[in-house]
Amino acid sequence: MEKIILFAPLVGALICGFGWRIIGEKAAQWTATGFLFLAAFLSWIIFLTFDPFVHEGGAYTVPVLTWIESGSLSTDWAIRMDRLTAIMLIVITTVSALVHLYSFGYMAHDDNFNEEAESYRPRFFAYLSFFTFAMLMLVTADNLVQLFFGWEGVGLASYLLIGFYFRKPSANAAAIKAFVVNRVGDFGLALGIFAIFLKVDSINFDDIFAMAPTLAEDEISFLWTSWPALELICFLLFIGAMGKSAQFILHTWLPDAMEGPTPVSALIHAATMVTAGVFLVCRMSPLMEYAEWVQSMIVWVGLITAFFAATVGLVQNDIKRVIAYSTCSQLGYMFVAAGVGVYSVAMFHLLTHAFFKAMLFLGAGSVIHGMHHEQDMRNYGGLRTKLPYTFWAMMIGTLAITGVGIPLLYIGFPVGFAGFVSKDAIIESAFAAGTDASLVAFWGLVLAACFTSFYSWRLMFLTFYGEPRGDHHTHEHAHESPMVMVAPLGVLAVGAIFAGMVWYKPFFGSQESVDKFFGIAKPEEHAVYIDPVQPLMLGAAHAAGEEKKDDGHERHTEPGQGALYIADDNHVLHDAHYVPKWVKLSPFIAMLLGFLTAYQFYIRRPDLPGRLAESQPYLYNFLLNKWYVDEIYDFLFVNPAKWLGNFLWKKGDGATIDGGLNGLAMGIVPFFTRLAGRAQSGYIFTYAFAMVLGILVLVTWMTLAGGN
Amino acid sequence: MLLDNLLSIIIFIPLIAAAILGLFLRGDDEAAQNNAKYVALAATLASLLASLFLLAGFDPDDTGFQFVEQGEWILGLTYKLGVDGISVLFVMLTTFLMPITILACWDVTHRVKEYMIAFLVLETLMLGVFCALDLVLFYLFFEGGLIPMFLIIGIWGGANRIYASFKFFLYTFFGSVLMLVAMVAMYVDAGTTDITALLNHNFGSDTMEVFGVHILGGLQTVLWLAFFASFAVKMPMWPVHTWLPDAHVQAPTAGSVVLAAILLKLGGYGFLRFNLPMFPVASDLLADFVLWLSAIAIVYTSLVALMQEDMKKLIAYSSVAHMGYVTAGIFAANQQGVDGAIFQMISHGFISGALFLCVGVIYDRMHTREIDAYGGLVNRMPAYAAVFMLFTMANVGLPGTSGFVGEFLTLMGMFQANTWVAAVAATGVILSAAYALWLYRRVVMGDLIKESLKSITDMTRRERWIFAPLVIMTILLGVYPSLITDVIGPSVGDLLSGYETAVAEFNATNAVADAGGQ
Repeated sequence: MEKIILFAPLVGALICGFGWRIIGEKAAQWTATGFLFLAAFLSWIIFLTFDPFVHEGGAYTVPVLTWIESGSLSTDWAIRMDRLTAIMLIVITTVSALVHLYSFGYMAHDDNFNEEAESYRPRFFAYLSFFTFAMLMLVTADNLVQLFFGWEGVGLASYLLIGFYFRKPSANAAAIKAFVVNRVGDFGLALGIFAIFLKVDSINFDDIFAMAPTLAEDEISFLWTSWPALELICFLLFIGAMGKSAQFILHTWLPDAMEGPTPVSALIHAATMVTAGVFLVCRMSPLMEYAEWVQSMIVWVGLITAFFAATVGLVQNDIKRVIAYSTCSQLGYMFVAAGVGVYSVAMFHLLTHAFFKAMLFLGAGSVIHGMHHEQDMRNYGGLRTKLPYTFWAMMIGTLAITGVGIPLLYIGFPVGFAGFVSKDAIIESAFAAGTDASLVAFWGLVLAACFTSFYSWRLMFLTFYGEPRGDHHTHEHAHESPMVMVAPLGVLAVGAIFAGMVWYKPFFGSQESVDKFFGIAKPEEHAVYIDPVQPLMLGAAHAAGEEKKDDGHERHTEPGQGALYIADDNHVLHDAHYVPKWVKLSPFIAMLLGFLTAYQFYIRRPDLPGRLAESQPYLYNFLLNKWYVDEIYDFLFVNPAKWLGNFLWKKGDGATIDGGLNGLAMGIVPFFTRLAGRAQSGYIFTYAFAMVLGILVLVTWMTLAGGN
Repeated sequence: MLLDNLLSIIIFIPLIAAAILGLFLRGDDEAAQNNAKYVALAATLASLLASLFLLAGFDPDDTGFQFVEQGEWILGLTYKLGVDGISVLFVMLTTFLMPITILACWDVTHRVKEYMIAFLVLETLMLGVFCALDLVLFYLFFEGGLIPMFLIIGIWGGANRIYASFKFFLYTFFGSVLMLVAMVAMYVDAGTTDITALLNHNFGSDTMEVFGVHILGGLQTVLWLAFFASFAVKMPMWPVHTWLPDAHVQAPTAGSVVLAAILLKLGGYGFLRFNLPMFPVASDLLADFVLWLSAIAIVYTSLVALMQEDMKKLIAYSSVAHMGYVTAGIFAANQQGVDGAIFQMISHGFISGALFLCVGVIYDRMHTREIDAYGGLVNRMPAYAAVFMLFTMANVGLPGTSGFVGEFLTLMGMFQANTWVAAVAATGVILSAAYALWLYRRVVMGDLIKESLKSITDMTRRERWIFAPLVIMTILLGVYPSLITDVIGPSVGDLLSGYETAVAEFNATNAVADAGGQ
């Protein structure tokens, strides 16, 4: 069954990509989509029936084929199935299947192609399916090299899909940028893998995890000095995660990636591929738990990204770019969660985010589709009635991402949209972790939540409310999308509303329920299960919690047991349930503030934003130009690389090496030049002659010496 | 038995075909030209077929030489052939690529018979290099191989072919002289020209004094340097690489394919056959030197490749960068490094060969290699675009293609030997993505605006058949690299254990000497 899930998308991609000439375009598209729905169906079965305690270590492996074997290095193509994989499976296959379906409508007509002569649709579906396959390879890997295969495979798919409109220069530039910036991350990831191999002599997860405690004590010499082995390894791996998950300084490719068709943005650049970095950090949690320094770095990077991207999102006018920066920002949230040690919460937000962000993108795609590929929100307005389904879908998405819920109400789970539950969990965990970095992160994330709310509502107000702006004609012809596009929105809406509440316990419940879900430790029979409801009444319950820890009910875990590793002395998950009330309320208040400001700016006083931008031109331009990061990179890296390339070519190869060596040679043997000038192959005979002469010398010498 | 002379059969089939063409084929009309092509194709295919028997009969677990043939030759010289795990796949690479090369020059009309003869002779000589187990024989094949290549560039090349082949000549001549001297010295020291015996001979490693300069590693270092000079030019390594871009630019497509895919591997093979096993102490002493040259080569040539305006030059520079991984992998002197180096050489044979063929496809149509002359080819050549994409990605080292395995293993080897070098070399994965994708974008992507390209046609059936085996090999080796590593693994392991013993002994003696000196 695991193999079917993994290879169905590949088979679909191959049939669709190469076989469409035989079976026809429509059939090819349906084949790819059908295989995806099959994979999604089987994934849900696995997810729902998976019991980590049946298998040793909470995971089992399905070998497929041997791969790279060299000396002590031995890697397989294999499927590692554990809770983490199971979660990723449902996210990937579900969103992918829905996006396939949605693409029937979205890609039905495209002005970028010649309808009669070009069959762009099978190509598009084949790429989508191929992407899904690569992503599944990434999450099912049982070793780092296979993970790297998936890692780069999704990079290729992303490159192909961003550059799908191959006639647009901007799309081609964005595609290359995405691939190259990702390669910077891959550079780190590859070095991390090498460092692991050097120390562990294996790159299989089980072996690595088993070595984690030893590695924590070990040193590794790298470049100029010696480092704590584990910190260095985690640092290098995290660089890879930063590239793929578009974290600050390696984020520049993600907004540009919006050049691709919108279904691609929803699948790759929101729900799945960009979360691979978060997945990697969670997958490597047995190592990360021991790498304190890297953990605080992850918190910082996540925080900066969450904040930076949110500020840039405030002023963007392209509907997709707003959502892209929003994605970037939400990924920052996930990293903060992973950095403070609540990996399950990071995965929780990954899961809920996949639903609501995919929905926001698909909704935006529906708007773009209805508005004849107009993407500038300044030309929208009042679309509520024209696109009613889309409007409601976007509304649910917005309620989810901004984190609307009923604060402080707890009925076995908190009541609210998916984002409310998972985002608040992150913010509370950041506060509970109590380190300097995490406290800063707490305040930063609350502020970012306020910005998130503002730009999300700004998007809603600009698009669906107010007067129609921009091209009159386009607005008149604005139309709701067909059912194939609306139906996936409906499915995702269910996720965006309920995912948080349904999966609260296993991801952010008590330590026991999380341990059980991920197979980290079996809940012991005699242990008293304390529901974290009580803590809301603070005082007494908190004391009870403390007591329980003192009770001597010791939680004992080993790295490698279960899909995540949460060290015995890591109580963040536990403590996060006992944070003060004001902490629990703060994200909600931030959300309200953002909403009210947006309402004031875009509904009541639509002239305000313009005036504010005029009065603060520097700040506005700074944000509008995305902190000038692209310009800085052009100045620091791109242009110097080109200059250096030219310099080395013209001056290095040309003047120095050729000038020097040839000059020397030509000086010593000028008659060669004349020879070459006279007869075109004269020197060849000279050469042959020299060689024969050489052999003669050799032979003579040997005959003489051999005689002795 | 026929199998006893299998290596000779593989090697000399092309030469015999060349002789037949030279002696019996008359005239230069179309029929004669076709005959020449078919004879050449048949001969290369026959050689390929014979080499399949070689592969089938080869026992990877036997680390010694197999299919050994030995006989007397002129002037008291020995004719000795044999293959081990390191060389057998190079034989396969050569026989596999030659039919493709012949097919690639199907449209040539200028002196076809001679052209075919040149390639057939070249094949014999290249195969000879990989199989020779006698110094003199090796030297003969090694140097002789250059002559047909000179002719191919010099007669069928581009406008500036004289300069290019002259440059080629100057560089290689210098290295050859040094190698010749070194071979004489080896013979004097060991008293034999038998490579099997030389592999077991311990060349002196006591510190020598030449003109007042102390040379650590003694005779080994001197010989090592002499061989290194010759092989480094062939690789080519930075900074003696500048002949390659010029040679490629001027060479006809088929010439470029052979040059990049097979001739460049002679240097790497030489390192593995001579430098590493015969002069282990010197290799160890000079390893960092080679590693750094390789790392510089990777970054330097990748940057230069970024700025090229000529497609072939760009791919040529990219070849130099990829050969940097090979040399670094070899002198990292561990299993992953050397396995990776051999893998990289084989894989680069397919990939670079295919890339030059890709350039050839559009050169045949437009007669220019200028990148700016193209753009938007995907509009009219979708099949071409797909093939070019695959090999671009393979060149970039995308996992799942053969390019990845070699790059990954060599970097892994480097990391164990010298982390600085590994870190610098690994930046090559970023730069290669930049130059390769930028090239692809400028040539294939975009709208088709240029008037001259409006009527360009997609690949012909013959062209598709040329690419098919390369596509299959690139993906097959990427997904199941054990096909190669299983064959080379034991021999490499054997080589390295000998190497490590020798280095350990040397270090132990030196430690004793140091202690004694104090």
